[in-house]
Amino acid sequence: MRTEIQIAGFGGQGIVLTGLLLGKAAALYDGKQAVFTQSYGPEARGGASCANIVISDAPIDFPLVTRPDVLVCMFQEAYAKFRPGLKKGGMLILDSGLVRPSPMDASAPSIFATRLAEELGKKIVANVVMFGYLVGLTRAVSFAAAEKAIASTVKAKTVTLNLKAFASGLDQVRSKAAR
Amino acid sequence: MNAEGAKIASSHHLDSLFRADRLPHILCPGCGIGPAMHCFAQAMLESGIPLERHVCVSGIGCTGRVAGYVNVDSYHTTHGRAIPFALGISVVRPDLKVTVFSGDGDLISIGGNHFIHAARRNINLNVICVNNFNYGMTGGQAGPTTPLGAKAATAPYGNAERPFILPYLAAAVGATFVARWTALHVRQLKEAMVRAMKKKGFTFIEVLAPCPTGFGRPNNIGDGLEEMERYRSRCVVNHRAALHELDLDLRRIDQPFVLGNFVDIDRPHFRPPMIEHGPAAEFGRDERSAERGGDGMEGAP
Amino acid sequence: MSSGKRVSGGEHFMVGDHACAEGALAAGLEFFGGYPITPSTEITEHLSRRMPELGASFVQMEDELGSLAAVLGASAAGARSMTATSGPGFSLMMENIGLAAMMEIPCVIVDVMRGSPSTGLPTAVGQSDVMQARWGSHGDYSIVAYCPNSAQECFDLMVKAFNTADEYRIPTLVLMDEVIGHMTERVMIPEAAKIAFSGRKRPVRPPQEAAFLPFKADGDGVPPMAHAGEGYKVHFTGLTHDEKGYPALNAEAHRALVTRLVDKVRLNAAAIVEYEGLHLDDAEVVVVAYGCTSRSARQAVLTAREKGARVGLLRPITLWPFPEDKLRRLLRKGVVKRFVVAEINMGQISREVERLTQIPVLRVNHPGGAMILPEDILEAALS
Repeated sequence: MRTEIQIAGFGGQGIVLTGLLLGKAAALYDGKQAVFTQSYGPEARGGASCANIVISDAPIDFPLVTRPDVLVCMFQEAYAKFRPGLKKGGMLILDSGLVRPSPMDASAPSIFATRLAEELGKKIVANVVMFGYLVGLTRAVSFAAAEKAIASTVKAKTVTLNLKAFASGLDQVRSKAAR
Repeated sequence: MNAEGAKIASSHHLDSLFRADRLPHILCPGCGIGPAMHCFAQAMLESGIPLERHVCVSGIGCTGRVAGYVNVDSYHTTHGRAIPFALGISVVRPDLKVTVFSGDGDLISIGGNHFIHAARRNINLNVICVNNFNYGMTGGQAGPTTPLGAKAATAPYGNAERPFILPYLAAAVGATFVARWTALHVRQLKEAMVRAMKKKGFTFIEVLAPCPTGFGRPNNIGDGLEEMERYRSRCVVNHRAALHELDLDLRRIDQPFVLGNFVDIDRPHFRPPMIEHGPAAEFGRDERSAERGGDGMEGAP
Repeated sequence: MSSGKRVSGGEHFMVGDHACAEGALAAGLEFFGGYPITPSTEITEHLSRRMPELGASFVQMEDELGSLAAVLGASAAGARSMTATSGPGFSLMMENIGLAAMMEIPCVIVDVMRGSPSTGLPTAVGQSDVMQARWGSHGDYSIVAYCPNSAQECFDLMVKAFNTADEYRIPTLVLMDEVIGHMTERVMIPEAAKIAFSGRKRPVRPPQEAAFLPFKADGDGVPPMAHAGEGYKVHFTGLTHDEKGYPALNAEAHRALVTRLVDKVRLNAAAIVEYEGLHLDDAEVVVVAYGCTSRSARQAVLTAREKGARVGLLRPITLWPFPEDKLRRLLRKGVVKRFVVAEINMGQISREVERLTQIPVLRVNHPGGAMILPEDILEAALS
């Protein structure tokens, strides 16, 4: 099974790191195949930023995302730009504080990732909150693999904070499921 | 003439400095490169550095051929690239004494960018530039040192461009030792070379040299001897000369040629960065992620 | 002196450019001279961080002319040396690729190919430097060019490239492309003891004992190499030279030298050539593709097989020398009816395939800026 995941936002939000964490979790800790690519070019500076991850049980030949199964949008502009590319029936995930979806996407799963991150004391971990939410919703990688990816990637002194952020995102899935 | 007078010396104290099996050289009668090469050989001997640790690198042109005559490790590289080639040797073998011996066209025109940057970095390198005001090897074309108005194979109506003043340029871009001598001033030239060899850092010596074939003839200077005579009669040694006033025109009889060891300063020479106390960052971690919201990998230049 | 680990053994999730840099370090890289250029910049940046930890010399040069010149100087002094660039910089390196070939100075040049010509598409993929890689410097000479199609191969082929460069005393190229350079995948780096190393052939006798002829080749066409500062008083020149290394400006010396330079690779091609084959045994249609395009091609071939079509894949890992023998052997079986050559250029390696065969060669080309899709290759293979 080949799953294509696209994470879009703006430069500085940690979009690329989120993609890297997802791919690393799959490739190194879940024993799957994964390819991570990112958008390059002038648009990577302050404008739209996009991380693309392909996860598969079998070797991945074509490495790029063409028709994502999952699209995460953390910025209005990114939503406008990438929403049309989402596969029919694919899953859309939004940051409620930053994206106002069109009526057809009103029921798309969404969280206040940035606000939750602020509650943890660091706005910059919003991406990792979203990572937790994404993993909780899609089970694209195992929780344990995701946590290992975080622990082995972010600066050593920020591991605890980032694991909390991840758990916070994950909790949102659990609490929504409970509702 | 008695038998003794006719005897030709069977050995010379610089024999070991030249590749005897490559002689005679290709240089024209009256050319100034030979004396400059002789000074270089003598300077290597007097430098106190064993010959095995001297390396000579040159580019293309008449002067570039010197690398093929001196009997040390020598590299005759591509046109203009002697300095960066020498940089590579100097950086990985800081124990070697690397001299770039080449011409004005090679070092300053096609190699000009490398010249200014090697000086700026203060690479541990001695550059000896034989300036004969033209491209001699290819038949006397104009170059970056050809005086304004001088005739050359590609400037039949007179050179339309203003030339570089090489010591001024070298000092401006950071050379720690800058000198100018002529092929006639062999003692001072050799001494300047020895001084340069004893320094660490980027040094530059301009050697004014007759090129009767390429430059002298079209500019009515006469033969090499006549050019040497101009050097003799018009040279002024002034180690403290204002470098921007060092312009040269062999054709003008009113202008003095200012020579000297103009610059001799010390500043740290280039060494590649080395981290001796622990890696810069833990391998595999995105060291910029925390500060930059995780987007540490972004931004292709 | 060194504080870092030269070989970063273990499993990594690593971008192709970094894997390339790590491969070079594992191979013993001692000198890097380069100029930043997209999409190879991450190689240069990574080495600028890693080399100082290892006591190795990193120099950011003023341009690509100087970069390769510095690499050759460092290598002439005995250091394993490389540079990394992309199309515009690769063009500037051509003169010194010729010098490296002529002076027989080993070096590794990485070209991460982007959309070209000229400045083209700096951040997007291309594969249009492959003929330039083979023929770009004036005159006849030989090089080896590896072409990785994964982050793992970026690592592996860098190690090979250094060994090949040293073994044959030739410039060795690693032709990556933007997609391969910028994609992140699992990379398994072996322990240091498992990294293959074959160094240069060196003079056997000390300099004092006998006159050393620095360009006198052994039976394999490769002369032993003396380095600067060893006392051999060598002379290296870009002019045609004799076994002493002295200029010999005549037709006989030129014939002897150029023939040997070309033959070093030509006669050793069987030992150098590498390729990967998939479903070639009964293939009626053989897709030829390399670098990132070979990944699309593999997917196309697997899909074609699912549909029952006898399609196979030949992926040159060495683009130069090209796997000519393999192609000829395929043809000799008489089963192959057609070749499909897919590449992100307007038709370069397809010329090589056309040169070797009389049967139809179908081209799937893209001028650059995007990958060729598996569908496009599949369509050509099934047409």
